[in-house]
Amino acid sequence: MRFLFTFLRKLIYSTLLLLAVIVLNFLLLHLAPGDPVDTLVGEMGGATPELIAQLRADYGLDQSLSVQLLTYVRRMVRGDLGQSFNYDQPVIALIMDRLPATLLLVMTALLLAIFFGTLLGIIAAQKPKSIFSGVVTVVSLAGYAAPVFWTGIMLLILFAYLIPIFPAFGMREVGTGEHGLRYMLDVLHHLVLPAFSLASIYLAVYSRMARASMMDVLGSDYIRTARSKGLSERVVVYRHALKNAILPVVTMAGLQFSQLIAGAVVVETVFTWPGMGQLAFEAILKRDHPLVLGILFFSTVIVVVVNLLTDLSYRLLDPRIK
Amino acid sequence: MEATDSATDVMAPSSRFFETWFMFAANKAALLGLVLGVLIALLTIFGPTIYPTDPFEMVAAPMSPPGEELLLGSDYLGRDILAGIVHGARTTVLVGFSATLFTVVIGIIIGVFAGFYGGWVDNLLMRVTEFFQVLPGLLLAMVLVALFSPSLPTIIFAIGVVSWPPVARLVRAEFLKIKQREFVLAERAIGAGSWSIMWKIILPNCLPPLIVAATLGVGVAILFEAALSFLGLGDPNTYSWGYMIGASRDFIWETWWAVTFPGIAIFLTVLSISLIGDGLNDAFNPKLRLL
Repeated sequence: MRFLFTFLRKLIYSTLLLLAVIVLNFLLLHLAPGDPVDTLVGEMGGATPELIAQLRADYGLDQSLSVQLLTYVRRMVRGDLGQSFNYDQPVIALIMDRLPATLLLVMTALLLAIFFGTLLGIIAAQKPKSIFSGVVTVVSLAGYAAPVFWTGIMLLILFAYLIPIFPAFGMREVGTGEHGLRYMLDVLHHLVLPAFSLASIYLAVYSRMARASMMDVLGSDYIRTARSKGLSERVVVYRHALKNAILPVVTMAGLQFSQLIAGAVVVETVFTWPGMGQLAFEAILKRDHPLVLGILFFSTVIVVVVNLLTDLSYRLLDPRIK
Repeated sequence: MEATDSATDVMAPSSRFFETWFMFAANKAALLGLVLGVLIALLTIFGPTIYPTDPFEMVAAPMSPPGEELLLGSDYLGRDILAGIVHGARTTVLVGFSATLFTVVIGIIIGVFAGFYGGWVDNLLMRVTEFFQVLPGLLLAMVLVALFSPSLPTIIFAIGVVSWPPVARLVRAEFLKIKQREFVLAERAIGAGSWSIMWKIILPNCLPPLIVAATLGVGVAILFEAALSFLGLGDPNTYSWGYMIGASRDFIWETWWAVTFPGIAIFLTVLSISLIGDGLNDAFNPKLRLL
């Protein structure tokens, strides 16, 4: 009951958060120099003042700001994110078309980072003074300091040109069809380099966190008890300690999910991965404001949903949190 | 300095400084970072005078490999890569530090008020902070820069707007910890006003973690600037490392040097900053090092 109540409160809070994002979007649209009609008229190569006034009325731009805001919020809540200038299609349709590719990339990168990060962190924590622990520290520093687009380009040079074992761009080859095992393997093959590039930064962060939290947990009383019962080191570490040590990593992953989505923009551009990030990049270059803000809003929705899920899983993982 | 005197751990400011410095200097990784940082600083200050070649100028045959005509080769237009790295350093450093300054100022103001007043002020400010944390930072920065024209001030502003929340949270957490300590209560008892307690008593005691956060923040800002310029949203009038990589994106195999060397420059700069930041963190918290 209590659990349900907390969840409900979080849900309401998240909704308000998204409402605030809608307002921010609106403000950004209005603060930006030029309005949609200016852009349209510019593309048409000029228009008479009457036509401009007519267009302004059509777009509702002649109404007061508060009325416009209200209309905007109402539209967004209904899922109408507006019309893309450049593609002449509804923004939501364009986003939905690109969403699966982005989710695939981001989720794979997240899992890679959590899995390898935790693994490296745990091994390093068991022997803090060993060479391996030092290597983990160095790798994590390096992964953090290298810009993600550069990591991607270096991986491309190494594994797509120098040793051509992975494709250099796109998500699939022409002619592998849309379904079946061959298609899936092809996508997977294309996914390896982008996913590892995106994972590289977070791998660094998670391995450091996992190392610190594992060392912390390994020093606690219940681990000493487990050891004194004569349990093998493996059981102690992977059964008893891991569950508690991984909590900060999960929290961090949830908190940083927005950064991961943002990182996808860069990685998708490097690998021409046909996702939302690449769409955002193109939209920004083409000054397609409704599309850009639609993507900003939609990514925030994803982040908020993921944060809710993280919070939920955190409560399930850790019985101490009520 | 009265803040340090009234702190519970009574230690003269100078000896505190030396203690930190000794801890820092005993850390090989931190020293390496410092040496690297000094080299980069020298490059930034004297580089363009020693190597005045204009990075925008096409001075060699296009795509000439390193060591042939130029030390680090030329890009697809024949622009000197070394000149780009030497001149681009200024942009990187300028944006890195200004954006961090902006970030820290916003973070401190929000964090101080939230932590000191608590209650509804804290509640409101923390909700605002969370709002900025769910927005995908780079995407918002891209939107801001694209909407308000790409120029150095806009870029610095955009990076600041998306990066301040962690600083605000840090300052708030420190305030919550410190404001109940005896020396603060004592100041209050002798009649110090809220304003002076906030800024003159508590804030100076938050400095160690704040310095660490600001140092690491410079690295984050540099990475942000690099990503924006890489995506073509940099200031078109200045040369930057991210721009160089972005410009040669379609020729990564033909001119690998044009994308590799500027990347190494970014990498070493951010690495140096991370090492210094980590070193400072260890030096400020000697207990952590025993772990």
